[in-house]
Amino acid sequence: MTAVAHEVDRYLESFARLEAGAAAKGWTWFQPVRRDAMARFADLGFPTVRDEDWRFTNVAPIAQTAFAPAPEDGVSPARGQMAPFEFPGLTGSRLVFVNGRYAPELSSLGPLPAGVTVTSLAQAIPAHPDLIQAHLARYAEYHQDAFTALNTAFVEDGAFVSVRRGTVLEEPIHLLYVSTETPAPVITHPRNLIVAGEDSQVTVVEDYVSLGDGVGFSNAVTEVVVGQNSVLSHYLIERESPQAFNVSTLRVHQGRSSSVTSHSVLLGGALVRNNVHPVLAGEGGDCLINGLFLATGRQHMDNYMKVEHASPHCGSRQFYNGILNGQSHGVFHGRIIVHKDAQKTDAKQTNRNLLLSEDAQIDTKPQLEIYADDVKCTHGATIGQIDEDAIFYLRSRGIPKDSARGLLLFAFAGESLQRMKVEAIRTHLEALVAQWLPQGALLEDVR
Amino acid sequence: MTTSTNAIEALANREYQYGFVTEVEADTLPRGLNEDVIRMISAKKNEPSFMLEWRLKAYRYWAKMEQSEGEPKWANVTYPPIDYQNIIYYSAPKSKPKLNSLDEVDPEVLRTFEKLGIPLEEQKLLTGVAVDAVFDSVSVATTFKEKLAELGIIFCAFSEAVHNHPDLVQKYLGSVVPYTDNFFAALNAAVFSDGSFCYIPKGVRCPMELSTYFRINAADTGQFERTLIIADEGSTVSYLEGCTAPMRDTNQLHAAVVELIAHDDATIKYSTIQNWYPGDKEGKGGIYNFVTKRGKCLGRNSHISWTQVETGSAITWKYPSCLLQGDNSVGEFYSVALTNNYQQADTGTKMIHIGKNTRSTIVAKGISAGHGQNTYRGMVKILKGATGARNYTQCDSLLLGDKCGAHTFPYIEVKNATARMEHEASTTKIGEDQIFYCNQRGISKEDAVNLIVNGFCKKVFRELPMEFAVEAQKLLSVSLEGSVG
Repeated sequence: MTAVAHEVDRYLESFARLEAGAAAKGWTWFQPVRRDAMARFADLGFPTVRDEDWRFTNVAPIAQTAFAPAPEDGVSPARGQMAPFEFPGLTGSRLVFVNGRYAPELSSLGPLPAGVTVTSLAQAIPAHPDLIQAHLARYAEYHQDAFTALNTAFVEDGAFVSVRRGTVLEEPIHLLYVSTETPAPVITHPRNLIVAGEDSQVTVVEDYVSLGDGVGFSNAVTEVVVGQNSVLSHYLIERESPQAFNVSTLRVHQGRSSSVTSHSVLLGGALVRNNVHPVLAGEGGDCLINGLFLATGRQHMDNYMKVEHASPHCGSRQFYNGILNGQSHGVFHGRIIVHKDAQKTDAKQTNRNLLLSEDAQIDTKPQLEIYADDVKCTHGATIGQIDEDAIFYLRSRGIPKDSARGLLLFAFAGESLQRMKVEAIRTHLEALVAQWLPQGALLEDVR
Repeated sequence: MTTSTNAIEALANREYQYGFVTEVEADTLPRGLNEDVIRMISAKKNEPSFMLEWRLKAYRYWAKMEQSEGEPKWANVTYPPIDYQNIIYYSAPKSKPKLNSLDEVDPEVLRTFEKLGIPLEEQKLLTGVAVDAVFDSVSVATTFKEKLAELGIIFCAFSEAVHNHPDLVQKYLGSVVPYTDNFFAALNAAVFSDGSFCYIPKGVRCPMELSTYFRINAADTGQFERTLIIADEGSTVSYLEGCTAPMRDTNQLHAAVVELIAHDDATIKYSTIQNWYPGDKEGKGGIYNFVTKRGKCLGRNSHISWTQVETGSAITWKYPSCLLQGDNSVGEFYSVALTNNYQQADTGTKMIHIGKNTRSTIVAKGISAGHGQNTYRGMVKILKGATGARNYTQCDSLLLGDKCGAHTFPYIEVKNATARMEHEASTTKIGEDQIFYCNQRGISKEDAVNLIVNGFCKKVFRELPMEFAVEAQKLLSVSLEGSVG
């Protein structure tokens, strides 16, 4: 008990320090929410495996590490160091955050159409007070989730994207979160707010990377508000160092007839938890949740999906593929909740997993909770190995065994990648996935 | 919606036909639970000392649990707290010190069983089903005992087995469901009054279906029976279980434990038709059915199959499970669970793959009508040593009406890379077009719904022994009466 209290106390202390400073930076109106969130976190504490939602993921390594806030005067990396993280062919705006702080010298803002704002959240507060006060912390439920509460209590910066009614932004916005090697483990709380007005279109890429091998913890929360008839795509790419901790929460609020796609690709991190929580609040909304997680070594990747159908005539599709190698542990937790009046819901969920090694482990828990009667809901989960018949087929055509395995694995991952519409991102991710595969080098000529 | 509502409602309003009370003088212990009550139960049954010690250990464990955490809270059901001191833990039909033939059974009891359609009397010869009837958790008659004895099969009341075969009982009792397993298993171990015991010797194929009929009669009693089935090497047995209870306004508790043990090459098929009183249309009364059922595939190539049709009880909390310990063993679970009015069901299975090349199949069908809440909760766990394990799971839900709910909570944990498992689930309502198609061919709405529901459950009914399959179909349409919509 005392150990648990101690874990929380650490955050209470740094909260007192932050509160004194943050008020001066224009967050005055947010103070009551901050305090409420902090109090909530103190109540909740870190989740344990006894919590149903955290049954398969032990967050003790996060809870027990004494993280420090990012140093104010950290050395900023050079612009050239960002090159490996760029998507060749992508020319849109890029916001770079180093250890949670906006780095304008590394960011580049392309020419944006009228009515589009892309900036850091802290900078946006004075310019767009109405929009931010109306939406920030209104969707992500910090009352239920300890990590969201922690993020809400410690919000300092993040990205702010707003697209005015009827505006189409063709180039994706790239948000790059860089953690650098620091002497002490650093915790960051990126907080993003994306507001897409009616009839608008926008694509946002959240990308978590590391420079060096430091232990860091990114506790991110992204709130997305999608207006009527809007189309929004969100990409999450996790490619931090194998020592990093990452808990990210995507909370989407969908308006009438809006269409949202969420793509996640998890490659890095020691302990990764990926929460995706869309709420189909308006009639006729549609959402596609697509993901790929590749784990090896001792990596732990937990995908927690919660799709809430709150209105009639909405559709949702979830596809998650996982490949697990080494002693890694994968978790898929998919929950579809259909509320009482969400009639004519059509919800689908598929989770497929491949185990490549003796010691890899997968836990999957697809759930349906249905309170309406006129619905069509299905879920499916499979766990298996590479089909030996398929390997035989390829070998009989002169493809060596290892290449055949590589091809089949790549095709399995490709199911997820094919759903990504932005070609520059897809091609780059394909290369990353091929690199990840043990037989990746053999695929060079085939691809 | 509107078109089919009336028919479903008509279906749902059909009455519970087993709700009569039989006036039998009963030997009843005072309400409440303490060590003395347990000693008294044990003394009344004249049990050997190992039984009493086991009961007391279980009771102490249970009392500790009740003090600390209480009943399990994870199930998706709600009910007011149960006062365990306000329950009668032992009630036996009074009369006869020992029963040798049916003539000695209280005629009132026999008439009850006749009403229930249990072939205790002459019909037994025609139907060829050996029945052990348990009335308020005390076994009153076992038919066909001699015939079975010729083959070396032991089929008798649990209390009898304790006296006549203490070695077997001591060896296997609690070996699959230890009293520490869960709250209700501990309670059952402490207070269970009777049940059925069955032992099939090596290489014997049981020539008839064995059957137990459970009935709760006395008011405010809990029924706590315990079934133990052991299939020795190479034997085969099929076992049926049926349950009914009178209609009463108060909720009654039923906490049973079933343990199955299958040795090398043995097969056990366990079928249940559970039709405890489900409460009235407002959700008043009804049985709380908190049951722990588990089978252990101990030997190589052993096979355990659970089939259940759950239409009764106010609350069902039941997870017939298989521990697939022997290599190449097979576990199966086929279930139809129906909730109507204010019934709640949280049911499913656990398949724990331990041995190599173990296989399991799960087919669960849930039907929700009225305000019913139906939850499938299942776990498939493939442990590290279970090389080549295979699982197939299918759980489908059918929704009739807009106030009911259907939920699925499967847990899949795989720790072996050679395992293959598939899980599928779907939730739908009866299609307007399906009903229209039937209507068009002159089939009434109610018949159409019955037809569709029966088709939906066919995969499970096919697993039931013939007589039971017919009964199950009838039961389903009775339980659905008035809910078609």
